[in-house]
Amino acid sequence: MNLTLKVWRQKNATDAGAMVTYKADNIIPDMSFLEMLDVVNEDLLLRGEDPIAFDSDCREGICGTCSLVIDGIAHGGQRGTTACQLHMRHFNDGDVITIEPWRAKAFPVLKDLVTDRSSFDRIIQSGGFVSVNTGGTPDANALPISKLDSDESMDAAQCIGCGACVAACKNASAMLFVSAKVSHLALLPQGRAEAETRVLNMVRTMDKEGFGNCTVTGSCEAVCPKEISLDFIAKLNREYGKAVLVNRAERQNAGA
Amino acid sequence: MILDSKIPSGPLAQKWDKHRFEMKLVNPANKRKYDVIIVGSGLAGASAAATMAELGYNVKCFCFQDSPRRAHSIAAQGGINAAKNYKNDGDSIQRLFYDTIKGGDFRAREANVYRLAQVSVNIIDQCVAQGVPFAREYGGLLANRSFGGAQVSRTFYARGQTGQQLLLGAYQALSRQIGLGKVKMYPRSEMLDLVVVDGHAKGIIVRDLVTGNITSHAADAVVLGTGGYGNVFYLSTNAKLCNVTATWKAYKKGAAFANPCYTQIHPTCIPVSGDHQSKLTLMSESLRNDGRVWVPKKKGDARKPHEIPEGERDYFLERKYPSFGNLAPRDIASRAAKEACDNGLGVGPGGLGVYLDFADAIKRLGESTVRERYGNLFDMYEKITGENAYKAPMRIYPAVHYTMGGSWVDYNLMSSIPGCFVIGEANFSDHGANRLGASALMQGLADGYFILPYTIGNYFATNKQPKPKSDGPEFKKALEDSTARINKFLSIKGKRTVNSFHRELGKIMWEKCGMARTDESLKEALKLIPALRGEFWQNVTVSGSPGELNQNLEHAGRVADFLEFGELLCLDALTRRESCGGHFRTEFQTEEGEAKRDDENFAFVSAWEYQGPDKPPILNKEPLVYEEVHMSQRSYK
Amino acid sequence: MILTRIFHSSLGKKYIMAITGGAMFLFVVAHLLGNLQIFLGPEAINRYGHFLQSNMEIVWPARIGLLIMIGLHIWSAISLAAENKAARPIAYVNTKTVAASYASRTMMMSGLIIFAFILYHLLHYTVQAPVVNLKHVDFRTLHDPEHRHDVYNMMIIGFSHPAVCAIYLIGMALLCLHLSHGVNSMFQSLGWRKKTYGECLSKAARVIAALIFVGYASIPIAVITRFLVQK
Repeated sequence: MNLTLKVWRQKNATDAGAMVTYKADNIIPDMSFLEMLDVVNEDLLLRGEDPIAFDSDCREGICGTCSLVIDGIAHGGQRGTTACQLHMRHFNDGDVITIEPWRAKAFPVLKDLVTDRSSFDRIIQSGGFVSVNTGGTPDANALPISKLDSDESMDAAQCIGCGACVAACKNASAMLFVSAKVSHLALLPQGRAEAETRVLNMVRTMDKEGFGNCTVTGSCEAVCPKEISLDFIAKLNREYGKAVLVNRAERQNAGA
Repeated sequence: MILDSKIPSGPLAQKWDKHRFEMKLVNPANKRKYDVIIVGSGLAGASAAATMAELGYNVKCFCFQDSPRRAHSIAAQGGINAAKNYKNDGDSIQRLFYDTIKGGDFRAREANVYRLAQVSVNIIDQCVAQGVPFAREYGGLLANRSFGGAQVSRTFYARGQTGQQLLLGAYQALSRQIGLGKVKMYPRSEMLDLVVVDGHAKGIIVRDLVTGNITSHAADAVVLGTGGYGNVFYLSTNAKLCNVTATWKAYKKGAAFANPCYTQIHPTCIPVSGDHQSKLTLMSESLRNDGRVWVPKKKGDARKPHEIPEGERDYFLERKYPSFGNLAPRDIASRAAKEACDNGLGVGPGGLGVYLDFADAIKRLGESTVRERYGNLFDMYEKITGENAYKAPMRIYPAVHYTMGGSWVDYNLMSSIPGCFVIGEANFSDHGANRLGASALMQGLADGYFILPYTIGNYFATNKQPKPKSDGPEFKKALEDSTARINKFLSIKGKRTVNSFHRELGKIMWEKCGMARTDESLKEALKLIPALRGEFWQNVTVSGSPGELNQNLEHAGRVADFLEFGELLCLDALTRRESCGGHFRTEFQTEEGEAKRDDENFAFVSAWEYQGPDKPPILNKEPLVYEEVHMSQRSYK
Repeated sequence: MILTRIFHSSLGKKYIMAITGGAMFLFVVAHLLGNLQIFLGPEAINRYGHFLQSNMEIVWPARIGLLIMIGLHIWSAISLAAENKAARPIAYVNTKTVAASYASRTMMMSGLIIFAFILYHLLHYTVQAPVVNLKHVDFRTLHDPEHRHDVYNMMIIGFSHPAVCAIYLIGMALLCLHLSHGVNSMFQSLGWRKKTYGECLSKAARVIAALIFVGYASIPIAVITRFLVQK
């Protein structure tokens, strides 16, 4: 099939950028979306033009690197699917497809479709862990954990940190991402010990990074490749409320 | 080159304890005076970086991904082995050790493997304490499953995303240390060269992939946790950006490269759909628990699978290996599939595929049970192929998945360059000629959490080296060389893209040095690869400039290294005139077509030593001495 | 410290939004129940009006309380909206809405219109400025036979102009829209939503919002259709 692409091109972080139109001809329905872009890039290279920069790595939907807004929808609108797992059979001959980068103040564009998502890392660095050092841990079966809690924790833990939730939210909010990590650890006894400081610190960093606020539209959940539930945001709010009301975190922080 | 494996003396089971006692320690107050560079942030790199920072060392960690959480360890699906014996089914450290040695076709170092089995139990404890949500039973204890044909249930798992959860555990531990200021993290930074000063590894040259700036970083030791080289085949289940550059650069600076020909081919991958294919996707091996592998008996049978009657199907794994059937080990199942396709019995586009049929399982267990067990895999298959595997059988084909070879390291995980340590898939140490399922995660974390942090201390305590300076002559030279190479890429302005070279190299490697290798095919490859490399340096086109985010330039550097490395891989395969594990030489097989080892002449590790650009490398041999196990023929009949 | 965490964090501001919204929601329900007494005839509603007006110690704290609620609600809304706007400095060229309901995307707009409506409503029935009822009747002069303020006839006259009636219907429709998302979000923001009853809550919020609309709209409609007439 033959397609028309309208792609965001931006030389570097300071360039203004603009949409540029390209032809993508002889595309095979079995190609993935990124393979289609590979074909376009090979063509650009042979014509001596700069190929379109886009992030990708594992191309099997788990590393969270790929990050394209396709026709206005983060990852292209197939439920539970990353852009790298989106295949061209979902498009029709003659389609005009727009491709844009994630848009958020906290995800500045570095080049074309490549953004800097290190704000997510900084959120984790501020509290998204259990403070145990290597070694000296008890036997893994010393602490029985309800299968239901463990499964629910896994539901949250499978977040791939791609940032589609931010890209899709009309407020560029990172609540789904933060709630997934907070819930993953808060649902497990290992994570409870520092649940209060964790949620306070992570929310503080999230705010500092310039993400927007949750207005419960549900767009994040709808585009999430791992279909992480909005219920975890309620859990995050609950954890934050508890931490604020109990107000022990100051002492814990002071002791650390 | 003298290869001293530094295996401690004494009984096998006590070697590690004894060694830990004998190793010198660094005074806690002095640890902060040591700088350590870690390249790579996968399971091995991230766990090592976190643990060493916890111990007090100053750590700098580099990864080319945009975040340390994205390293390809994340894609491991099945699980992680540990000799916990929680199932009371007779597992033990000794059994895990033996299974690993045997699975590796008796080409791994006994002492390393035993240590791996020993620390496997600590890994699970560590990961649970970090909050890794492993699967659990209703009673609240950890669940286990049998994996990859193992006869005990020793595999811990987190749905089909075990690698992801373990990596996130290590990433979280690393993030904590970054937050505390003990690790300085450099994402989107690629190592271009290793710097050796007075025979010791003292730093690296790094390109910032966003700005293109090339800088020198000095340290008291360099650790490479940079993964495997499967992408030399172009199509593999590795992530697109996985590459051999770090260990290859180390090789060129004196770190011997061991057993490059040991590559693992995984039987259950989704077949190639056309020339556009950019990578292959693995589906968990667990599918073979209930799926039956078959091909039509008639060549070129164009009928739809359900139209082919039972009597005209060849369930070749069940036929050839009645006791293991569809669960035959990876290398054996892969080869059998290739053989069927080579005989013209393959199905799907290009005849490169065999059926993996769930019709019987659905009849026996009901569709809902099959959905419960494999639903996510069936969904993934449908996403990629557009076919519903509940209605028609899946098509699968083997693909390169893991590489057992890597930098040669001693018992301390130090390469043949003092001060340069290599961990995880990047080293050669524990899997011999073939890796068992669910053992890669175990090895990466064992190296990073529990082995390297001890042994690196011993290196510091016993080698008092002057503090390196990142503006010394060796650094300047390496930096100039790296810059010159980048400028060279951009100045060729030829007519072929980097990717076309990579694809062609992959095709040579797969056809001449893939699942079955012959003297003839390898010799051909050894002619084709240098010719292709020659053309690359004459005719490649790389766009853009050095001082910007330039993915094409990055790829050029990686492919240039693969073009050199591929030759070494083929040379190693040619030299190893036996079949073992993932290395199958057609000339060396039993009457039944199984791999035939030659223990008399080839029970050694091949450690290749670089001699210079135009000289053939030297083959050093580290003999494999088995004190504990008796070498036997693998049989899965 | 607690105050900083509430007033200076995104989640804290959402708490304020939810709590103030919740309080106003309760007021809206109580106010509706009071108003519906008009269907019981002049005696009931005039007695209710008199009770409120003669107990200033109830009315004023309630008024001040509501003022604070509305103030905080608007402050947090503006503050959050400003942050939201800043969070995406460059818009998408092609935007598609995924999953987000119309109500959820228009909370700011419906809120602002409701605020304008409240001002009108206060001028209409609290300040009782004759000019805004479009009938030019001074409500302050209306008294029932027992010399109480004649709330009944005031409401009948107040709604008898079609334009006024329309303003109220529009105001209530927007309130309904606002609450259909707001009530549900309130539970979400306070962390009181769980998987087990989450879906139920979303539906309940929409039903309650609709009931509130029906309740409030019934009065002007009853007046304009002459179901209720001056007595």
